[in-house]
Amino acid sequence: MALNLVAKVHPVVFFTIVDSYERRNPDAHRVIGTLLGTIGVDKGAVEITNCFCVPHNESKEEVAVELDFAKDMYELHRKVNPGEVIVGWWATGHEITDHSLLIHDYYSRITTSPIHLTVDTTLHGGRMNIKGYVSASMGVPGRTPGTMFAPIPVEVISYAPEIVGTSVTQKSKYIRQRIVESTTDLHQIFEATQNMETTLDVLISYVDDVLSGKVTADNYIGRELTKMVNQVPKMSAHEFEEMLNTNMKDLLMVIYLSQLTKVNVSLNEKLTMLVATQ
Amino acid sequence: MSGRNKRESDTGRCHINFVQLEGLALMKIIKHCHEEGAGNTEVAQGVLLGLVVDEKLEITNCFPFPRHADDVDEEDYQLEMMRHLRKVNVDHLSVGWYQSTQLGNFITTQLLDSQFSYQTSIEESVVLIYDPIKTARGFLSIKAYRLTPEAISTVQERDYTPEALKKMRLGFETLFQEIKLVIKNSHLVNTLLCELYEMMPGSEGKQFLDLGTMSTLDRSLRCLMEYVDDLSQEANKFNNFQRQNAKQLQDKHKFMQKRAAENAQRQARGEPPLPEEDVSKQFKPIAPLPRLDAMITSGQISNYCKQISQFCSQSLGKLYVAKALQDKK
Repeated sequence: MALNLVAKVHPVVFFTIVDSYERRNPDAHRVIGTLLGTIGVDKGAVEITNCFCVPHNESKEEVAVELDFAKDMYELHRKVNPGEVIVGWWATGHEITDHSLLIHDYYSRITTSPIHLTVDTTLHGGRMNIKGYVSASMGVPGRTPGTMFAPIPVEVISYAPEIVGTSVTQKSKYIRQRIVESTTDLHQIFEATQNMETTLDVLISYVDDVLSGKVTADNYIGRELTKMVNQVPKMSAHEFEEMLNTNMKDLLMVIYLSQLTKVNVSLNEKLTMLVATQ
Repeated sequence: MSGRNKRESDTGRCHINFVQLEGLALMKIIKHCHEEGAGNTEVAQGVLLGLVVDEKLEITNCFPFPRHADDVDEEDYQLEMMRHLRKVNVDHLSVGWYQSTQLGNFITTQLLDSQFSYQTSIEESVVLIYDPIKTARGFLSIKAYRLTPEAISTVQERDYTPEALKKMRLGFETLFQEIKLVIKNSHLVNTLLCELYEMMPGSEGKQFLDLGTMSTLDRSLRCLMEYVDDLSQEANKFNNFQRQNAKQLQDKHKFMQKRAAENAQRQARGEPPLPEEDVSKQFKPIAPLPRLDAMITSGQISNYCKQISQFCSQSLGKLYVAKALQDKK
């Protein structure tokens, strides 16, 4: 029961959890499911890469989880990705109940030290808290042992394309209909430059404030600023012009050639159509 | 595109004007293609689940197909998966499928056939093409395609001769139609996104501003060259066919002329004319060449060209930005 575990979760897991919560049965207050992932070599970090929802019924006295369903789903998932194993389970809600203990027991029979992840979809306290736990037994020796859920830190990691996907979906926060349209590559560069401009403005105003004495200078920020300015490669204007021009010429030539190919191809098709059906 | 849609409604078919993708489905596709891809040339495929609402197709979930299809029965897997998902109240209606691609080389006969079978069984299905390599470089690249009605009728007849194609007015540009894709999230997911925004590693994801463009350009151009070679081979085949046809026609004419001359001679000598032979049996007509491969290759090439021009334009933009930074110094 390594208590120094860190749970590294991929964004996909959170999306699935929230979606399962939205689709829950009308009488259920919370939903639970299985976490799939890989256990790191050094046993210090568990990477959670996937999850699925398991139907269950909860009432005041008892809890029933469809274990066959869980097993079947796990098998189906394994067919696609044989490397993923059960590493724990998740539940929505902002606290751990007694029933959680029973469910956790079941999962500890399948895997050692399962991780329990809670996502507070009820927005208790105005935020969607994400917490992770491992169980540790405690108690006075000689008496009935109890279990304590010890919190572990939860981090978010992702593959590079996942980061891109998440940042694109992030834009849906700002638009009323919560829709993000796909944009051309050039437009994305445009947006990124705009972002850079605004961040530069913030930096410039900060520097102005420091210079005019309104804000005390912070050495750390000053060093970071110097590092940033020095990152622009120092080249003589002439060298830079040359490099820029050669690159631009290459790109323009490629554009020209690809347009030519496109025209050629459509011409080819029209001609063959014409000739063949004479 | 609106013109085509009007035509579709005239023939009584469905008209899907845009496809709405949930953030969840998008993330699952990204994850699956990333884990499957990683260097090999096989594509990652999966099924899309969702609903049709008026003129938009909502994709709310998806699940991947296992790649090692030898020990897994695909039909069974699909049915099992959908049954289980129905239990947790996920939309269990299949509305299409997705496929990963590498630098846009997805227009193949298999795609045509698969999309055809999907579209004939489920009328509104679309195929989502996701490019993991381009996305890893920083530009999310996911597009939705459908077969045009003309393409469907042509594939149904399996008749790819030039006459049939001309009748259907089918060219490589009208094989597939791209449908607008939007990404939508529910309010709860937006709350989740606010939380995630603080937790996500912030330093990555900016690599699309990288100026090093040569490797991608190099690869794209190489693929383009291969396809152009293929197309020129097709063009050669077609030329040969033309030449053979012309030669055959000439031979036929010569034979007919000889026949007529002989008949005239015989008549002059008073003998019965030779029986009219069936000329066409002697000169068997050469089967017209199926144009399917040529069309597909052309479509592929044009796709590549489009991508390359987009890529170049954004690289040019980046170069100008770098110039501005340099000037400021």
